[in-house]
Amino acid sequence: MTTFDFLIQGLGMAMDPMILLYALIGVTLGTAVGVLPGIGPALTVALLLPVTYGLDPAGSLIMFAGIYYGGMYGGSTTSILLNTPGESASIVTALEGNKMARAGRGGPALATAAIGSFVAGLIATLALAFLAPHIVKLALIFGPREYFALMMLAFVTVSAAFGDSAMKGLTSLFVGLFLALVGIDQLTGQARLSFGVPELLDGVEVTTLAVALFAIGEALFVASHGTMAADKIEAVKGSVWMTRADWARSWKPWLRGTAIGFPIGAMPAGGAEIGTLLSYAAEKRLAKNPEEFGHGAIEGVAGPEAANNASAAGTLVPLLTLGLPTSATAAILLAGFQQFGLQPGPLLFVTSPQLVWGLIASLLIANVMLLVLNLPLIRLWVKLLTIPKPWLYAGILLFATLGTIGMNPSPVELAMLLTFGIMGFAMRVHGYPIAPVVVGLILGPMAEQQLRRALSIAQGDWTTLVSTPIAAGILLAAALALVVPMILRLRGRGEVLSRLAADED
Amino acid sequence: MIHDLRGPQGRPQRAAFIVAGLLAALGGLALWQGFALPDKGGYAGMGSGGLPKFVGAGLLALAAGHVWTGLRAQGPLPPRIQPAPVLWIVAGLLAQLLLLKPLGFTIASGLLFALTAAGLGRSLRITLPVGLALAFAIYAVFDQLLQLHLPAGWIETLVFGG
Repeated sequence: MTTFDFLIQGLGMAMDPMILLYALIGVTLGTAVGVLPGIGPALTVALLLPVTYGLDPAGSLIMFAGIYYGGMYGGSTTSILLNTPGESASIVTALEGNKMARAGRGGPALATAAIGSFVAGLIATLALAFLAPHIVKLALIFGPREYFALMMLAFVTVSAAFGDSAMKGLTSLFVGLFLALVGIDQLTGQARLSFGVPELLDGVEVTTLAVALFAIGEALFVASHGTMAADKIEAVKGSVWMTRADWARSWKPWLRGTAIGFPIGAMPAGGAEIGTLLSYAAEKRLAKNPEEFGHGAIEGVAGPEAANNASAAGTLVPLLTLGLPTSATAAILLAGFQQFGLQPGPLLFVTSPQLVWGLIASLLIANVMLLVLNLPLIRLWVKLLTIPKPWLYAGILLFATLGTIGMNPSPVELAMLLTFGIMGFAMRVHGYPIAPVVVGLILGPMAEQQLRRALSIAQGDWTTLVSTPIAAGILLAAALALVVPMILRLRGRGEVLSRLAADED
Repeated sequence: MIHDLRGPQGRPQRAAFIVAGLLAALGGLALWQGFALPDKGGYAGMGSGGLPKFVGAGLLALAAGHVWTGLRAQGPLPPRIQPAPVLWIVAGLLAQLLLLKPLGFTIASGLLFALTAAGLGRSLRITLPVGLALAFAIYAVFDQLLQLHLPAGWIETLVFGG
């Protein structure tokens, strides 16, 4: 069967009314959390994991992916109207988008963001569908050493390659790896760092860590700024439809943004932010009237918005084909798969093709839903921004702890939630990235397993790790990704890298 | 870890030294665990103790890195933060942690909501009833309808029965 047949089959499954409902719930929730500042898709999926234990796996995963896509759409609204990015991948959108809104062109800015997201989401999801089988074929010849090398690459790019300090990123990563040690070793059954506390034998739950770092850490961080005056929301003036000139200036940035965002998301190279920044830079350089940049150039909204949606789809490539999460949201999605006893990777395409192709096809449908949700209903979403902060964050904390309590109502679990929450707050205050902790916790045990498996096969010979060209090449890339940025920073060129900081989503 | 963030009066390096101390403590713990585990490396030559040793060494190296940065020229000033609202929220989380078992979900989570909203600038006289009502509604929906098991206290038992 060709990819095309699989997709058609997947569409058949995705058209099931229940699945459509799951997708609709997902994209609606995703848009809402994307719009709300302070909570992103990673947190939302983490909150929903315990609630979906008993639900249909395919439906739940489709809902989670819908949240991921929806978050990317919704984030642009906040950026454009509030100048506060709803999630990290929309930071660049705020640069030009908010200027446009202030100049009374908020409507077209929202429109080019939404349509650009749609175009990019559609193309990138199709690219995911056609690329995935090839990577799966390649992945089938991968052994433990290649997986180990890939994970090293993911560790380095998530933690050390971007941001203002490799040391801070690596610190976050190692804290995550430390937390990953807690519990029973999967290979020998020996307990590590559990100190006789039975609750610790199960290890640190990814959801607990994510909820604590993202929800509680963020709430404490916002609270620590005190009760400031409310941010100014720009009203959506005029029509949300774009003029002919807007279309003419938007379509090329959409396509370029997609072309930049998708590969960056697909490579283990951190989150969606990097693609948006590169796309912005590209648009600025290619623009016919670069002087307009900084004063509300529509290209500066169209390109990055397309890039961030394309990266979101790109991130699903390594997640689905290799089981390798390259962003915090992808790490939580992986936890979602594992919750249902599914391990993403090449075998998933063989053992549950309906699920994988149903998921991919659902994303195509989710994109259409999101376009409808975001363009005509934009004024409804803007209302969300008027929820006063005290109620918003009190509600977020209530729901955040609800998930943990529902999963495991033990004081130990809640104490972990509190401890990690304070840790997340301190990390935010001092500028340590959050995503590497989550990625370290979930990838750490996987990398350890692959390493020990590879060493077992080679009877303890460490040179086995570089004995195939693929593994050696990936490890070399990882080493370069670690060393080159360090040299750049030492030579005072770190500014660009800190602007490319990969943040929580 | 709150005490090191209390305000602008602290010297910028202090945070780096405290982080270094914490990292060194974690690293020491991991190293100790790595060496304490009996080595069952088997064919791999690397057993359960291998990764703890590596992580421990890494954490110690990062601690040294933080000491080095702390000793170097002044870093950026620590950001100003207001401790009061943070303490309100931490108090709310602590209250929930301690009261969940004895008093049930509604009271414990209602208090968390009330203290959080109060910390962010609303009066407790409003947030407490709102929080309790909301927590009760959530209990009703999630425990009764969605079968998510939430700890019951006397309120829940009184309304929904044992």
